[in-house]
Formats: sequence, structure tokens, C-alpha cells
Amino acid sequence: MTEANAGVIDHAASHTPPRKRRIRWGAIGDHAVLIVGSLFMMLPLLMVLQMTTVPDVEVIKTGPSLTIGHQLPENFDKAMFQASGFSGQNTGLNMLKNSFILGIGFALGKILIGMMAAYAIVYFRMRFATLAFWVIFTTLLLPLEVRILPSYEVVQKLGMLNTYQGLIIPLIASATATFFFRQFFRSVPEELVEAARIDGAGPVKFFIDILVPLSRTMIAAMFIIMFVYGWNQYLWPTMITTEEDMFTLVRGIKQITQVLEGNRIPEYGRANLLAIIAIIPPVMVVIFFQSWFVKGLTESDK
Amino acid sequence: MKRAGFTARWLPILLLMPQLVIIAVFFYWPAAHAVQSSFFLQDPFGFGSTFVGLDNYKDLAGNGEYLSIAWFTVIFTVLVTFLSLSIALLLAVKADNVLRGAKTYRTLLMWVYAVAPPVAGFIGLIMFHQSWGPLTELARSIGWDFKLGVNFNDTATAMVIVSVWKQVPVNFIFFLSGLQSIPKSVREAALIDNRSASGRFWDVTFPLLAPTGFFLLITNITYSLFDTFGVIDTMVKGEPGNNPMTLVYKVYVDGFRGNDLGGSSAQSVVLMVLVLALTVFQFRLVERRIHYT
Repeated sequence: MTEANAGVIDHAASHTPPRKRRIRWGAIGDHAVLIVGSLFMMLPLLMVLQMTTVPDVEVIKTGPSLTIGHQLPENFDKAMFQASGFSGQNTGLNMLKNSFILGIGFALGKILIGMMAAYAIVYFRMRFATLAFWVIFTTLLLPLEVRILPSYEVVQKLGMLNTYQGLIIPLIASATATFFFRQFFRSVPEELVEAARIDGAGPVKFFIDILVPLSRTMIAAMFIIMFVYGWNQYLWPTMITTEEDMFTLVRGIKQITQVLEGNRIPEYGRANLLAIIAIIPPVMVVIFFQSWFVKGLTESDK
Repeated sequence: MKRAGFTARWLPILLLMPQLVIIAVFFYWPAAHAVQSSFFLQDPFGFGSTFVGLDNYKDLAGNGEYLSIAWFTVIFTVLVTFLSLSIALLLAVKADNVLRGAKTYRTLLMWVYAVAPPVAGFIGLIMFHQSWGPLTELARSIGWDFKLGVNFNDTATAMVIVSVWKQVPVNFIFFLSGLQSIPKSVREAALIDNRSASGRFWDVTFPLLAPTGFFLLITNITYSLFDTFGVIDTMVKGEPGNNPMTLVYKVYVDGFRGNDLGGSSAQSVVLMVLVLALTVFQFRLVERRIHYT
């Protein structure tokens, strides 16, 4: 907070001396709004982060404070390697592994299936092309949440409860990636496929040697968005996984919260650190690949 | 389709197969099943079901609790949508103005995009903790005795704040990219015509952002209706009780906890119709009328 304020003062000061330039109040106002906005976004995380460094007893008494304690390694050990449930399976490490499997599996599955379907729709003359198009894109209309119970029953009938397939495949059953790649493929110049045909390249060769390399940026953008989406799934994993060794971090958050209600000393250190660990991977992906991510997001949804 | 498409016969079918099989099994089958079981009354002990026609829907329409949840959902959706859109728009306009630190602000303002709703709910629980939550203390300092999980309105307020916090970043990203795509020549022309910054904003920038805005309006309504599930579930700690809840949460509570499959399916179908209506509205309005480019 003090740093941010100092930023404003610096900025204001740099405009006054040495030549008597006018202070640009408008710019200062802009920065003030942005700083308040950034604090609104950042402070909750910083407080949770601070609370992972002090002993639980202190948290229970005072809540978030300005002291940075030395408890982080112990809390890390507790969060990652000790289980809170009955089975002893839901260690942070295990949940982290499941989260990665869900995030990466979902993103890869979605991209692979979406690209194949979009390629078929855009580049082939088919008798049922229009029908296929509508059958696929109707799925964009109904989110999983409104058909959650019957979907659960289907997965149960197929015996896929508490499996990675049951977790990932039903989530892939919507056409967002297909739609995105369809839009992109349509913007690829027509001459490319004509040239490829003249050179004698078949559809498979054209796809693998020309279209896939051409879509690299799009694939990366889609991967980031889908990874974050898969990682952050909550309702579906809550229903499909009942065994603790299948919990993802985000699914485990409810149990983490309930630990805070127990009779023993609530384990704030563990809970807060697990929340932070659940946040870090998707946030890092979004921040480091910012430009791809923004491009993918703003182009896919329009 | 491309003019110069390939003419292979089996390859496209092979390429389409995985997608079609998955959506048939995990989309059309469940959706059809929901519609079908909404016309049946499920025996609570699992001994089959009887056809009851529209009774499940009539029950819903006459159910005071359901209607009050529907009413709460409407208010919640309006508040979350309006607040997250206006805060994001304000921040995007400011971030577009500043020269220095624009990239830093962008990063600081957008990272929350990647936070999962239930994790946001968890952070909300910490911020609104009964004895030392910073926001509880802030409320107390203005004489508001904030009681999360006890007082209905307080809990609802906390849910709205957390949901807005989670949704501002994505709106911000869209608004900023919308603003940055406004041509420089248009901005300069506006600068000559209109000296007041707020006048320029309402007369030039705002109408140019309208397509982005309408798209986001629908996205935000969908978010408030469905994606806030995680926020609500963590904030009521899985114990709905007398706490506020939205329609989607009600579907989950009735169907998954209360085993009222018919009633829950009828609720699902109501939601499906709602989403379909929204989408049709979006296509008609956005595609036809608001088109400046």
C-alpha cells in the first residue's frame, strides 16, 4: 500500500520541478482509481498469504496482520504432505497431481477433438455438414450446470464415477474449442489449400504439415484458457469424485473450509496455504502468457 | 466451408466421430433425460416412477420458496452484472488513459480471472470472518454489525461482493481490448470536437464499446446464474439452511441432497429455457442491431 502511494507522489513530484510544469490532475486521478482497483484485487490475496506465515493460534486471535512469521515451512509441510481426511489420501500433493491431470487432460482433449471436428466441418464437402454443424453447436447453449443430475446418472451407468475419464470426458462435451477453431480455419486463406492440392498433398498431410503449424498461437491461447477452465472446475468434480484420493485442489476447498469449523484449533495455516496453492498454477499461466491469453479470450468469444 | 474443400468420404466422418460420440452420450442423452424425468414423479425409495404430466412444473409455480429463490436470483444477477461491468469499465477507461505503468496495472487487475469461484468464496469467508475479518471490521467501523451466515442480507451482500471481485477481471480484459481497438483517427476527431473528457466518453467511446458491452452483458448474466455456484457453496459452507441461494444451487440441493429427481429436473428444464431465451436474445440483438463497424 505504501509503495503504491509512493508511486502517486513520485508521479506528481516528477511533474512539478524543475521547470514549473502544470500538475496533471487528470492523470493523477486515473492513477488513483487504478491503484484503488488494484488494491481491491490484490489485498485479499496478500492477507491470505500473510496468514500462512504465522502460527494458527495467532491467526485465531488477530486474523490478518502486518507481521511476517516463520511458520511457512511448517504449514507447507502440513498442507502438502499430511492429509486432513479419514483415508489419508487427500494430501495437498495428491490433490495438486489430480488438478494437473484434470487441467491438462481437459485442455488437450478439448483441443484435439475440437480441431478434428472443426477441420472436418470447414475443409470437407459432406452431405450432412449442416446437420453436424447444428448438432455440435447447440451444445454451446446449455452449460453443464443445468443438466448436472442426468449427466451424473449417465456417468454412473457407465461406471465412471471416481475415475479420471468420468471427470474429464463429460466436461469436453461442449463445442467451445470447435467453434473457436472453426472461426480460425475460416480465416485461413483459401489459396493455401488450393496450393496444397496442386502439390498433391492429401487432407491428412495438409492438416498435419500446414494447418497445425499455422494454428500454433491459437492452440497455445486455447490451451491456456482451457487449462484454467478445467483446473477451476468445481461442481462436476464435487459430484463425480467421492473418494478422497481423486479430489482436486478446487474440489477439496470445501473440505478445507469445513476443517475451520471443527472443535480442534482450526488449521488456518494449512487451509490458507492450500487455497494459495490452488490459485498459483492457473494465475501463473495467465500472467506469463498474458498476450496469448488475452488474444485467445477476446477472439474466441466474439 | 471452403470452396476448394477435400472430397474424401470417410475421413471427415472419422474426424467428427469423437466429438459427436461425446456430445451424444454426455450432452443429448442427459438433456433428453432431464426433459423426460421432469414429467415423472420419482419414488423416493427407488421403486420406479409414475407419469404426472405437468405436475412438477405446477408445483414449482405454486411453491413460495422456489419463487422467492427465483426472485433472489434475479436481484443477485442484476447486482453482480451491473457492478462488475461498471467497475471493469471504469478501470479499463483509466488503464487506457495512463501512459506509465499500464502493463503493471493490467497484470494486477486481471490475475483474479484465474481464481476458481469456490476459492474466491473461501477468500470471502476469511475477509468476512466474524471476529477479525477485515471487511467485517470495515463494516463495523461504519456501524454495520455484519454477520456472515447468520443475517440473510449480510450473507447476500458478501456473496455479491465476492462474485463481483471474481468477475471484474474478465470484463476488464474485454473492455480494454475493445477500447484499444478504437482507431486513433476517431479518438483524435473526438478530441477536436469535444473538449470535455466525460462528454467524449459518453458520445463517442461508449457507443463504440456497445457491441463488447452487450456481449459481456449476456456473459455476465450467465456467470451470475451458473458459475457463482462455487462461491455460494463455499460461503454457505455446504449448509444452505436459511441462507440465500440461486436457482442453480436449488437444483443441486433438491436433486442431489433431497432426491427429488422430478422436481429437480423440472427446475433444470426451466433453466434450460431461460438460457436458450438469453442466447436467442443475444443473437438477435447483438448481431442485427448493434453493429457499428
